[in-house]
Amino acid sequence: MARAAVLGRLSWQAGTVTALRDETPTARTIILDVPGWAGHLPGQHVDVRLTAADGYSAQRSYSIASAPGGPGLELTVQALPDGEVSPYLTGTLAVGDPLELRGPIGGWFVWDPASPAPVLLVAGGSGVVPLMAMIRTRARARAAAPFRLLYSARDPGSVLYAGELERCAQAGDGIEVAYAYTRSAPPGLRTGRISAVVLAAGGWPAARAPAVFVCGPTGFVEAAAGLLVDAGHDPAVIKTERFGPSGGQQ
Amino acid sequence: MTEPLDGNALGGALGELFAVDVTAAVGRCASCGASGAVAQARVYPAGPGLVARCAVCGAVLLRVVRGPGRAWLDLRGVTCLQLAVPES
Repeated sequence: MARAAVLGRLSWQAGTVTALRDETPTARTIILDVPGWAGHLPGQHVDVRLTAADGYSAQRSYSIASAPGGPGLELTVQALPDGEVSPYLTGTLAVGDPLELRGPIGGWFVWDPASPAPVLLVAGGSGVVPLMAMIRTRARARAAAPFRLLYSARDPGSVLYAGELERCAQAGDGIEVAYAYTRSAPPGLRTGRISAVVLAAGGWPAARAPAVFVCGPTGFVEAAAGLLVDAGHDPAVIKTERFGPSGGQQ
Repeated sequence: MTEPLDGNALGGALGELFAVDVTAAVGRCASCGASGAVAQARVYPAGPGLVARCAVCGAVLLRVVRGPGRAWLDLRGVTCLQLAVPES
């Protein structure tokens, strides 16, 4: 499957929306049936293209949220207030609609379930999406690598997959989750950004040589990667993926 | 200048042209000699195409522009690309 996911030129193909799931008031998961889908690796993304009747088209990149091998391909899209593509995907798109996409894309920001190394996931906002694909793949593959997720969100209401992450953390099978709330925190907790202190408490020591995946807005990724290097992590094992204010790569 | 994305954003455009994933390839910057994954480059998507710059020195590594029925790929800033090629 890994081979299928990385070999062969990409071309646009049509998927069909089979279900929609609201994750928060402003984020929605789109479940697609894509005939002939070659499979994917956790961490990869797809490009989505919308074309208007007059031929104008816009394309954006969205991370795949689902584990490979499942019944559908899942994308979670965060609506951006001034977005051109995301409001359509989170508001107008309906079950049964076609959606044009190409993928899977990217062979670098991917986790290999066969690797026993501990994994540190650092998410800023909807940057959690490709990291969730890794968490789901770990469960599906019954992989033993211990995971720790540090998730920075504005407030508890904007946390994606909150219930599923809670169940993962409580299952006690090797996934730990810690949150940093930047705007408002649940009662009894303080707000704050991911810092050296948060990293030391909820991450892995550099001596454990974890695989590290950081995904979020550009500023968040730069800051988190800097903290990780300061904490002694080898820059070569810190894999990062940035998304811009337009909600994706153009 | 808008905040840059990274080389992961090149995957779709380059994936149309190459049969292997180029974002995981290791490239060497012609300007400063630094080596790194293409995914680690800084990518500026604001123009008519995508411009990738070296994360270390900022020099232009490559540009890719897509038009109707064709693409332009300028690799002026990359002296070597090391690609993983699965053996059959």
